[in-house]
Amino acid sequence: MPMSRGVLCALAGFVLAVFSCPGPVVAGESGVASPSPVDAAPHIDAALAAPRIDAALAPYIVGAKRSGYVYALPETRAMQDDEIMNPGFAWVERGRGLWTEVEGANGKSCASCHGPVESMAGKAVSYPKWKASMNRPVTVERQINFCRVAAMKAEPWEHESPQLLAMTTLIKQQSRGLPMSMADDGPMREWIDRGKALYFARRGQLDMSCKHCHDDHPGEKLRAETLSQAHVNGFPTYRLGWQGLGSLHRRLETCYEQMRAETYPLGSDEYVALEIFLTDRGRGLPIETPSVRR
Amino acid sequence: MADENKPRVRVPKTAKKGEIFEVKTSVTHPMENGSRKDKDGNVVPRNIINKLVVKYNGKDVFGGDFGTAVSANPFLSFHLKAEESGKIDLTWTDESGAVFTTTETITVEG
Ligand code: HEC
Ligand code: HEC
Repeated sequence: MPMSRGVLCALAGFVLAVFSCPGPVVAGESGVASPSPVDAAPHIDAALAAPRIDAALAPYIVGAKRSGYVYALPETRAMQDDEIMNPGFAWVERGRGLWTEVEGANGKSCASCHGPVESMAGKAVSYPKWKASMNRPVTVERQINFCRVAAMKAEPWEHESPQLLAMTTLIKQQSRGLPMSMADDGPMREWIDRGKALYFARRGQLDMSCKHCHDDHPGEKLRAETLSQAHVNGFPTYRLGWQGLGSLHRRLETCYEQMRAETYPLGSDEYVALEIFLTDRGRGLPIETPSVRR
Repeated sequence: MADENKPRVRVPKTAKKGEIFEVKTSVTHPMENGSRKDKDGNVVPRNIINKLVVKYNGKDVFGGDFGTAVSANPFLSFHLKAEESGKIDLTWTDESGAVFTTTETITVEG
């Protein structure tokens, strides 16, 4: 069933409170048809049209793709840019502590094999990455746990544990500023398609898909938040609303909750597939980890 | 993760005598406000950072008392006047009595 913007606004206005819904009703947009979610939405965010974009934002805009940074308030951006103001850097420092901590039956730390953490520079840009030995793609989180279990003979860290968040943030931060450039060939193709199908699938009591917020309404308000294009380049991210740092999978869980839909377990194949699709869709945007968002 | 609450501080390495310089600091702390419940429904006792003391070569130069309105992971910046080379100590205290300290050094020229 095609859903018009008017219906979405009425619905969101009723159930979710405040969407700002200016302009004409765009009727008959199918939830599944868009070939390229970002490029196919030329009507988006007139509010951020070219003349108002200042030069400092240029690195965060690639073609029609805009990092969540662009939609953030100037105060929030300033917080992200300053290593002391940005609380995410506390997790980076904790990660550094863990990097040299010996654990597990092999008596090793990450540093025993990898040397200084700077050896991880540029690595995160190609994640999630196909791992032939496991016959599946691995996220940075899964790679870390793979090393803990196989290389260190230590316990894996739980998803969203302070340790896994800290280590993931540390490793991604080593690629800060570099463009996301995951491989999209071979078996990754299938995972991209799987994530894409999830992205456009209508779900939950509101019968919405990700597209209905993030492709159709970026730049507009949902309650107190400004919707962005749902890019993944800033994760793990420090969210002021969470008063803490969270993974992409936690964000996806929050979005499914907002859609009044069932959630998947953190680390599940569904979230990994969405992560892979979103990474492909945001290709070229710079890694911002740790980003700060409202 | 023993350094969980280690404050992060930025002080310029050098300054000219008489110069006004900025100190930025933040500390990761949950700032429990006493009204949150844990997943078993028990109230998490209030525990917030209630004090910061800053000393410059042993002399009190800045400080503050904090209340419930302060966010988690508070950030603060303030200005000091460069008098002489030496140490700047920051001490944060929370209501459980935990103390978090850092020492930074600054070289004052001219
Ligand atoms: C016993 C040696 C060893 C230890 C200890 C070890 N690793 Fe690894 N790690 C490897 C090897 C070998 C590879 C590359 C091949 C692979 O992925 O199996 C690797 C790959 C990686 C990669 C992927 C790099 C890339 O090029 O994509 C990351 C990230 C990583 N390790 C993180 C860690 C972390 C974090 C720790 C500590 C928790 C750790 N490793 C501990 C041996 C180790
Ligand atoms: C009801 C509207 C709504 C729907 C539907 C929705 N989200 Fe979100 N999403 C939000 C809001 C609000 C935010 C926080 C503001 C922002 O960055 O857009 C957000 C943030 C995000 C972010 C973080 C962006 C950043 O820069 O930090 C990602 C990624 C994301 N959503 C992905 C998804 C995915 C994938 C789906 C579908 C499973 C989805 N969202 C469905 C409302 C929604």
